[in-house]
Amino acid sequence: MPTPQTLYEKIWNAHVVEQRDDGTCLIFIDRHLVHEVTSPQAFEGLRVAGRRVRRPDLTLAVPDHNLPTTARLDGNGQHVPIADPESAQQLEALERNAPEFGIAYINATDIKQGIVHVVGPEQGFSLPGTTIVCGDSHTACHGGLGALAFGIGTSEVEHVLATQTLQLTRSKSMEVRVEGALGPGVSAKDVVLHITGVLGASGGTGHVIEYTGAVIRALSIEGRLTISNMAIEHGARAGLVAPDDTTFAYLKGRPMAPKGAQWDAAVAYWRSLATDAGAVYDKVVTINAADIGPSVTWGTSPEDVLPITGIVPDPSAFADPSKQDAARKSLAYMGLTPGTRMTDIEVQNIFIGSCTNSRIEDLRAAAAVLKGRKKADNIKWAIVVPGSGLVKHQAEAEGLDRIFIDAGLEWREPGCSACLGMNPDKVPAGERCASTSNRNFVGRQGPGARTHLVSPAMAAAAAVTGKLTDVRELTT
Amino acid sequence: MKPISSVNGRAYPLGLKNVDTDIIIPAPWLKTISRSGLGKGAFEALREVPGNVFDDPAYAAAPILIAGDNFGCGSSREHAAWAMADLGISAVIAPSFSDIFSGNAFKNGLLAIVLPQAAIDRLMEVAQTDNIHIDLETQTVTTPFQDRFVFEIDPFRKHCLINGVDEIGLTLKSSDAISTYETKISAQQPWLTPNIA
Repeated sequence: MPTPQTLYEKIWNAHVVEQRDDGTCLIFIDRHLVHEVTSPQAFEGLRVAGRRVRRPDLTLAVPDHNLPTTARLDGNGQHVPIADPESAQQLEALERNAPEFGIAYINATDIKQGIVHVVGPEQGFSLPGTTIVCGDSHTACHGGLGALAFGIGTSEVEHVLATQTLQLTRSKSMEVRVEGALGPGVSAKDVVLHITGVLGASGGTGHVIEYTGAVIRALSIEGRLTISNMAIEHGARAGLVAPDDTTFAYLKGRPMAPKGAQWDAAVAYWRSLATDAGAVYDKVVTINAADIGPSVTWGTSPEDVLPITGIVPDPSAFADPSKQDAARKSLAYMGLTPGTRMTDIEVQNIFIGSCTNSRIEDLRAAAAVLKGRKKADNIKWAIVVPGSGLVKHQAEAEGLDRIFIDAGLEWREPGCSACLGMNPDKVPAGERCASTSNRNFVGRQGPGARTHLVSPAMAAAAAVTGKLTDVRELTT
Repeated sequence: MKPISSVNGRAYPLGLKNVDTDIIIPAPWLKTISRSGLGKGAFEALREVPGNVFDDPAYAAAPILIAGDNFGCGSSREHAAWAMADLGISAVIAPSFSDIFSGNAFKNGLLAIVLPQAAIDRLMEVAQTDNIHIDLETQTVTTPFQDRFVFEIDPFRKHCLINGVDEIGLTLKSSDAISTYETKISAQQPWLTPNIA
């Protein structure tokens, strides 16, 4: 009988082109997503060395980070110029490089345009059992479909463009098992924030994590993508969820997914990928869903997580002296005092979007809270940024845009937006934002901006009350 | 990549844990289409604080940085490695690094050296007054006070760093193996080629 294998081992082994004596493997890459920020230097490297793209047919380019989320066409159907010359230059570079190297390119006004990690699954470009890379750390996202997906730097982008492979050493494996059932008001985002709090920001370093258990199995693909998306926030190389009927139902009929007999063959293969009984992970962490409440961050690392019912911690209460120091600096930056109830913290800005939480289900969850309500007077800026043109279209067909607009929120064009503020969407210095994005780092949403990471429903609740709020108080 | 076998000089005693790549180089600096000139934006938020180590004349042009656990966490931006190299940093010593940063550092000949916290604490002390020496061949970090710390490094990475190997060039030598793999997999899993057009 063959040795039982984990999902990760099966995908890894299926992609080994060559293995060297020291254990380094040449791994074949099935899918490469390219955006404008981390690719210009890679294309330039190819040009200088006179190299071509080996497999343009496995590569898809789409702009997302720099694009303004305001209207892209004026009243006459003309392109609205991008005000920031550096952003414009970077976008133009991708628009030029993609055709020069024979790569398919989705332009900024195409309905298919969106955040790379929303576009990949939505188009059926991302498939179970594949290796997927992108010059973006949130590439782990696609692991929600059962793909081995991870972020790479620009040198590796160039390496994949030139060779369709990467030189890699195998990571360790970890199982994060979430047992039980989620309570009311608790979403996939709360689960992954909670996991990050439990593991710490470096708890997954050197590992590929497979998320398992009843909670994960019960999640939609949108929810699984949200969880895997933030694998990097607890340090993991990649996150994985075993593909199942939920996955196949999501992918069937998507434009780039296999069709007909090929679909059946693909599904049969994907079913064989699940971790075998008796396979051993290097580490196992079990989490009980009953311990997970609507969650929120208080500091400047995604590990700084509390249930919304919690209070701002006292730095001296941490056992680790370096964490005490980090917590003091975080609280100073965040302008928070130990002992403050999280629900007493006022916010001025709301951001609903990002590759973590901008899919249709996220927008539905936010709209369900906002329906028939208005944003609080102290909310100065509140934007909803759909993950793609197709998500936007779907939301409008369901009337979600009207709910947001009637509540006083702005309904924007798709892109990365205020998650990292490379485009004009930024949070002003010293102000707080309840944000559905993935990072609360110092200066992430703009210099001096103070980020509290939350779920879409919690961001909507904060919009209504003007402070961090337990969404259960508005929905039950 | 330029070959690198040793680093000698002063070290910025930063010591912070979870130094993320947004701290190393904030997003507005990522709009460049070049690899150079990012040193100006390196550690921008930290440098706004008076008395920060980066602007302390005692550490001017130091080639080494000492940090806490999980250095380089967050974004995959290689701009973080480029910015540090542009600032004149050739090596970072920390108890752990994020996987992506460590790969990016390697590709740029920037040493990411892992030592236990006790060694970091000692080096933070030495860094206040004296030089630190890193030797890649013997995999050691030493000080003028007879401290000697041995570090681990992947043998392939060590070889590439010391010899300044062009990794793409190296992989291209395996072109035939890649072609063989492609032929095999397109027969076994024909649905793997996406319908992009």
